[in-house]
Amino acid sequence: MDTVKVKRESKNKIKVDFERAPLKERLKQKFLSINFLTKVVFVIFRTVLLIGITFIILYPYIKKILSSIMSISDMKDATVILISKNPTHIQYWYILTQNGYLKAFITTFLVSLSVALIQTLVCALVAYGLAKFKFKGNAIVFGFVIMTLMIPQDALKNSMDAWFRQITLFETTLNPISFILKPLQEWFGLFENGYGFSNSIIPLYILSIFGLGFKNGLFIFMLRQFFKGVPDELEESAFVDGSSTLRTFFSIIIPISIPMLVTVFIFAFSWQWTDDFYTSLFLSQDDSALTLMKHIAVTPPKIAEMLKNEVSNISSAYQTAIMGTASILIALPLIVAYVFLQRRIVEGVERSGIVG
Amino acid sequence: MKKINENQNKITLNPTTVVSEEHNVYLATPSKVEKPVVAPIAQEAPIEEAPTEEKAKQTTQPVEPAYTPYVSKKKGLSLNGKKALSGWLFCLPFVLGVIGIYLPMVIKSIEVSFRGSFGSDDYLNFDAYKLVFIDDGRFTTTVMDAMGELVLQIPAIVIFSLFMAIILNQKMTGRTFFRAVFFLPVILSTGIIDAIDTKMNLGAVTESGGVDNNTGEEAGGFISALDVDMLLSNVKIKIGEFDLAEMVVSLINDIFKIVSRSGVQMLIFLSGLQSISPSIYESCQMEGATAWETFWKITLPMISPMILVNAIYTVVDLFTAADNLVMQGLAGYGGLFGSKNPGNFSAGIWVYILLVLVVIVIVALIMKTVVFYQRKD
Repeated sequence: MDTVKVKRESKNKIKVDFERAPLKERLKQKFLSINFLTKVVFVIFRTVLLIGITFIILYPYIKKILSSIMSISDMKDATVILISKNPTHIQYWYILTQNGYLKAFITTFLVSLSVALIQTLVCALVAYGLAKFKFKGNAIVFGFVIMTLMIPQDALKNSMDAWFRQITLFETTLNPISFILKPLQEWFGLFENGYGFSNSIIPLYILSIFGLGFKNGLFIFMLRQFFKGVPDELEESAFVDGSSTLRTFFSIIIPISIPMLVTVFIFAFSWQWTDDFYTSLFLSQDDSALTLMKHIAVTPPKIAEMLKNEVSNISSAYQTAIMGTASILIALPLIVAYVFLQRRIVEGVERSGIVG
Repeated sequence: MKKINENQNKITLNPTTVVSEEHNVYLATPSKVEKPVVAPIAQEAPIEEAPTEEKAKQTTQPVEPAYTPYVSKKKGLSLNGKKALSGWLFCLPFVLGVIGIYLPMVIKSIEVSFRGSFGSDDYLNFDAYKLVFIDDGRFTTTVMDAMGELVLQIPAIVIFSLFMAIILNQKMTGRTFFRAVFFLPVILSTGIIDAIDTKMNLGAVTESGGVDNNTGEEAGGFISALDVDMLLSNVKIKIGEFDLAEMVVSLINDIFKIVSRSGVQMLIFLSGLQSISPSIYESCQMEGATAWETFWKITLPMISPMILVNAIYTVVDLFTAADNLVMQGLAGYGGLFGSKNPGNFSAGIWVYILLVLVVIVIVALIMKTVVFYQRKD
């Protein structure tokens, strides 16, 4: 009891002393210390740096947006650099109406959504197996994960093309996958000369199911590190309560790793959304059956041709402006989704505790 | 209830121990926790020796030592074996994919480089390699140029992302906004959008001197070499090819590339920073360490494993990026080394991948001397 009293007294004393000191002295104490000054300098430095880099990141997008509303007269005017004098929406109008934007949007959305869901689930399963079970060959499987991460997809471009388009490869190769794929391929091949999955998006799904899609190695790596941080006691208690491994995974591990899974899902979705490699590999350029976002970007020359009838001599600056407009329209849905989900990304990675 | 009773009987088969009345009472009310583990054994319990309730009461024994050896005898797989099996099952899709699709594709790709084309029959045809290395001198020069560029960019990206992660980890107003902006390129500058940007940049460069480029900003980047030369005129450091002013200029002109390529690295560093226990910083403060000392003595060692991961990720990311000089040459944009032919393409790219692996090993070896692991296990 005594000590408490003493403390209170001394606290009061300090307070009284502080209040007795003149305001000027108090302000001096607070603001003229070295500590405060360094703090202020640091905050200014930090803010300037952050705003500067934010500008660097956003500048190309701002420029693209501003040049997307420029009319042709602005392009020819040397005094116009960023702000348009005669704003127009004709580029947007052409892309939205003549280029089949809506159809491309729906198709791309469905494809990206399904592919991203499959990839997230498969990668989570594989990552969980690698993170939580000790078995012979664990290191080898993980080595293969790293290998898929390291070999650029372009290296496999030709053989991937041959693999999925030419049925002969399946016949000569003795492996479990061809037994599953051959009937599928023959069935789909009925429509196209009997050869491979030509002009079809199915190879993309096949790659996703086997965890070989775009940057899936990175997803497996990230999720593995995350699952390693999940305490073993959770699974042990579930096991003692009689839950099977698969059930433990779906009803305990999945719910607690939602932020990380959302992060992976966002990556998978947006990388599929902007995918250039697989769509141009598996689909032909002028494909009318499957209109993907990619085709929106391929078409700008067409628009330029259309405009040629109206305006003679279109500068290439105008063509790049049209391409920029297309890329804005491609990126827009992603940006909207990102604004709502970006908190989750940081949260998910923060909780992942990726420790090498 | 019956199951549990049976189970009790099974457990109490061993007649050696005599247990006091209290223990008996304790066992008579079976605890629910143990039930699921024991239940499968009960089903398989042999009936021959089915003991009565009386016997059970007479001879009881502590539960655990009696049934653990029993499990391993009766089931085909031990607990570890079962775990290994389910581990394989979880990895099954990937393993199947690697064996069935990925490795054949890799082998095919390497094979093509020796065959010249997909259809041809001749094996061990080194034409492609000869063309890439000897006949077309551009491959080696392009690779060397790209390597020189990347040697600068890799440390720049790693240091920049570490620096930004530390700043974005601090408490301040607008942190969420800044984080959102910094991670935006991870999502936006990929694939088709990236390709469009590259095309637009190429257009701007080829059109330099055109109508909208009279400011020189679009083509040249943010600052020009002249400004930096003036700034660094007093500190002219030149050792052979190594020119400080040129380096700084090239780095600053690539700032957008550096910023947009360091999103994933920043995420990894952020997560690493979050995993450092705050109590270490607290004790540092108590000992009177300054922020500077804390950074060098605590943050940097603790985050060094992440630096290794990021360095390797950056190497892979930059070397395999589509706007890389070599990748562009291989993809046939500049009409480099006749790469429209699949054989030449494969030869070039596999040599390149081997080089990248060598670089990764070198980076890993360098970093390994610096990396500090908190637990050594």
